[in-house]
Amino acid sequence: MKELVIAAIKENLEDVLSFVDDELDTTDCPVKTKMQIDIAVEEIFVNIVNYAYGGKTGEVKIKVELQDKHGLKITFIDKGIPYNPLEKEDPDITLSAQEREIGGLGILMTKKCMDDIKYEYKGCNILTINKVW
Amino acid sequence: MTIENVKKEDVLALKVEGRVDTTTAPMFEDEIKKNIEGIKELVIDLEKMDYISSAGLRVLLSAQKIMDKQGKMKVKNVNENIMDIFEITGFDTILTIE
Repeated sequence: MKELVIAAIKENLEDVLSFVDDELDTTDCPVKTKMQIDIAVEEIFVNIVNYAYGGKTGEVKIKVELQDKHGLKITFIDKGIPYNPLEKEDPDITLSAQEREIGGLGILMTKKCMDDIKYEYKGCNILTINKVW
Repeated sequence: MTIENVKKEDVLALKVEGRVDTTTAPMFEDEIKKNIEGIKELVIDLEKMDYISSAGLRVLLSAQKIMDKQGKMKVKNVNENIMDIFEITGFDTILTIE
């Protein structure tokens, strides 16, 4: 298992993705799966950056755990305001362009790209995502 | 991400290559905004796009909304991985994909 503790600021997105991709590159993870994992990681990290600390800068801890080289578990831990993204209603994806609102897609994409997402609050927000290939 | 931009009269063709994420999406949006005035047809070639997150989808949606008012927009050469993202988000029905 590897761990990264990093400031929750947009500028760190690239470092966060490299941290996860470096682990994936030690496996035979297909390109498409890697893209799906990157999307989930980006959406969750950016969500923490934008909302967790109410405009102040805080930290996020990211744990990456390979499972038999055919699966990956990633945990995001932040000490921001309690927020369960899974409670947010999915946007209606059947609406036309004019009716669609700009936003609300990140969590939907995360749900669809991952096999499993779990949220817990234990004095901090703990969001765990899983993907098997 | 790199964008190649060809403007011929009122047709704007953009070729987007690489990753469109939270970091690069604002540049994609700027490229559209600064060229879209008076455009009747916007064609976006995604053959070499290899990643798009919600930040990139937002740019495509706002471009579609603008073009619905002033002309038409189409997206072409969508590869399989990007098409999957369009399908799970319903963008396959919002966009005109060739």
